[in-house]
Amino acid sequence: MDCGGWNDPRNGYPMKKILRLSVNGKPREDAVAENALLIDYLRDTLGLTGTKQGCDGGECGACTVLVDSQPRLACSTLAHSLAGRKVETIESLSHEGNLSRLQRAFHEHLGTQCGFCTPGMIMAAEALLRTNPHPDRTAIRAALAGNLCRCTGYVKIIESVEAAAQEQSV
Amino acid sequence: MAALPDFQLLHPATASDAIRMRALHPGSRYLAGGTDLLPNMRRGLVATEVVIDLGGVDELTDLHEESSALYIGAGVTLAVIAANRTVQDRLPALAQAASGVAGPTHRVSATLGGNLCLETRCRFYNQSESWREANAFCLKLGSDTCRVATKSPRCYAAFSGDIAPALMVLDAKVEVLGPLGTRVLPISDFYRDDGITWLAMTPDELLVAVRVPLKTGWASAYEKVRVRGAMDFPLAGVAVALRRENNTIADLRIALTGVSSRPEFVNGLDALAGHPLDDTALAIITRRIKLGIKAMETTLIEVPFRRRITPVLAKRMVERLWEMVSTSLS
Repeated sequence: MDCGGWNDPRNGYPMKKILRLSVNGKPREDAVAENALLIDYLRDTLGLTGTKQGCDGGECGACTVLVDSQPRLACSTLAHSLAGRKVETIESLSHEGNLSRLQRAFHEHLGTQCGFCTPGMIMAAEALLRTNPHPDRTAIRAALAGNLCRCTGYVKIIESVEAAAQEQSV
Repeated sequence: MAALPDFQLLHPATASDAIRMRALHPGSRYLAGGTDLLPNMRRGLVATEVVIDLGGVDELTDLHEESSALYIGAGVTLAVIAANRTVQDRLPALAQAASGVAGPTHRVSATLGGNLCLETRCRFYNQSESWREANAFCLKLGSDTCRVATKSPRCYAAFSGDIAPALMVLDAKVEVLGPLGTRVLPISDFYRDDGITWLAMTPDELLVAVRVPLKTGWASAYEKVRVRGAMDFPLAGVAVALRRENNTIADLRIALTGVSSRPEFVNGLDALAGHPLDDTALAIITRRIKLGIKAMETTLIEVPFRRRITPVLAKRMVERLWEMVSTSLS
């Protein structure tokens, strides 16, 4: 048990600690404040600004990333609670300039309007397709229930996920 | 939203380690899924210098079937509970409640213990610090005046967890670990009718598990009314468990959430045992439910709606379960 010492908040010192985890397939070892949220670690420390800060209170899903292939809200997760885990952000999906099937489907089927909710939508959909490669509309709607699109382009978003699932099964 | 305040993060490996850390830091907070605690901390609602992360306590994620009960550790996530076959087949009210909490992404991290201990909510409380300051704060934090009942000596913030009413009708027991050991209590005794101290747990205790009896012959369900269908806290939530013998009610248990500072078990329904489910019975159910509702203006939706919708929801559910049992018997 560690209590007190140089990193005791009562002494007014910064409380950075080494965090080891994998981000987008690469092992990381960073000095991160104990109270850092995952979203701030990704955006500010690692410069991965594809993950969006929307409501910043767990209500809109814009900051959805994958932790061990499951969708997580980066704004309501402490970075240090993910030691040893595997984090994936929107930046991990394309390879050598080629979009992933979901990214391409969102592009071709107009699943993106202003684009702010798109990274969260795609990561939530990615989590769905990994466990259920052939989801029906109900399953897609359920998987995206926590993601808000303020352009209200939901129909096109659902069609995009359907198209990606069909492409995957070909 | 504001940044998190500075705090020290502790990582216990066992539940008893967590208890010892809490004893060293009496003002600390336990962190499980964090879906409620972290936003609350960022709104300045929770001040603590030490956070105890329960994510590494493996024993809390234990889920197994015993001879006549299901043991669910407090750290089991709501997604795991909702997807569990035993829960789906034998405890439908619990499965429906678990899958009705927030959105799918929340349920992957949110835990059973977190939902059972969920902080009571109020439209004057779950706001930013500047918003609350503009309203001169409230009884729950920072003022001696309750904004929904200005003359009230108590806080009326509403308990809004979905799991508790389901576990009440399923007759579950909770296991609480403290410095002196474990104590077991019926889930109804786990709550107090007060928006500020809504749990009957001392600060040095930790909720570790729930045991839900696996009984036969019961049908159960949970439903809630909310502003936003995709994900929201309940304006009113109803759990029902029913046992039918031929054409009469053998047992009927109903519990409510969102309409009081604690989940409310509806009393007086045992008088219906041996009676058919006719208009008289439904009228008694409605009257008994109305006695259990102590809704105040804690949500933007008005109290009369919440008072009216609760018995309507319960009546529909009881009728549906009644038919469901008769089909399964025939």
